[in-house]
Amino acid sequence: MKRPGVLPTIIAVFCAMLIALIIYGVSSTGADTSLDSAVRSGKRPQAPGATVALPKLDGTGTLSIGALRGKVVVLNFWASWCDPCKAEAPVLQNAQRRLERSGDGTVLGVTYKDFAAESRRFEREVGVTYPSLRDDKLKLAPKYGTTKLPETFVIDREGKIVAISRGQLDQKFLDSALDKALGGPAA
Amino acid sequence: MSLRRIGAVLALALALAACASSASAATARTNLTDVEDEVMCDTCNVPLYIAESPRADQLRREIRVLIAQGETKNEIKATLKDRYGPAILAMPQRSGFSLAAYLVPILAALGLLALMAVLLPRWRRRGRERDEEPPEPDLSDADRGRLEDELAQFDGR
Repeated sequence: MKRPGVLPTIIAVFCAMLIALIIYGVSSTGADTSLDSAVRSGKRPQAPGATVALPKLDGTGTLSIGALRGKVVVLNFWASWCDPCKAEAPVLQNAQRRLERSGDGTVLGVTYKDFAAESRRFEREVGVTYPSLRDDKLKLAPKYGTTKLPETFVIDREGKIVAISRGQLDQKFLDSALDKALGGPAA
Repeated sequence: MSLRRIGAVLALALALAACASSASAATARTNLTDVEDEVMCDTCNVPLYIAESPRADQLRREIRVLIAQGETKNEIKATLKDRYGPAILAMPQRSGFSLAAYLVPILAALGLLALMAVLLPRWRRRGRERDEEPPEPDLSDADRGRLEDELAQFDGR
């Protein structure tokens, strides 16, 4: 049998490298959905990025999710340019009132690719009172697989995720998720 | 016109040209169009100048604010990079997967050069061989006999 020449081998290797590069590029840009599948199967995965300290939107220092351990946290990724974020803000504000009243926790907003001046204006206009952090450089959002807005993660007192909403949330979802988070960790 | 006069006129012209260029430099302000083709819309993953989305509109407002604050194009790009990271710039990053944008064209060029290095001598050798040995027609014995007869008849005339 005749052996293939040098030329076809070079071309084949080059094509294989290009195909491998394309496959790697496509696969590495996909959103991470491991948290979703864990929560769907009834598990409570540890909330990622607990030690990531982000600047507060009001400019009064930094805060990390880990610093809120022992409290229920409703982690909400939002931006002022996102209309569904505006629509769901009253629901989150209701949750903040409930958590503040009982002292059980807080809603924690995280702005995603947003101009800080407009984030602050959004807060004033919509009338939210819960704190928000700035994740302009995406140190936290990718750990949650967040690529679209709004997205909300309800975290229990042990820093574990009990519910995820990818998209605009409603009162029913948040009430149920908070009941689950406040009821203590799953067995 | 004396040499001194010519020199004075030239000096005046140079001074006027220098004034004009410095005045234009002082008045030339960065504009949005100048910046938005070098900045990405970070939610739509296309350059800002072709992006149509609420985030793109917000980035344009942000750039206008920076222009109003007197920042130059490079300063605006640096500010945006500082706020949102290097992915906000239209030029691919020189790390991670984006490095491929620089490496693939270089590798492709090297590959083409290697191909040419292999193919060109081969083509030249084939061309030389073709010139040196004219191809012999592939004839059957019967055809060859008939051809020779006809040639002999032709030569006989």
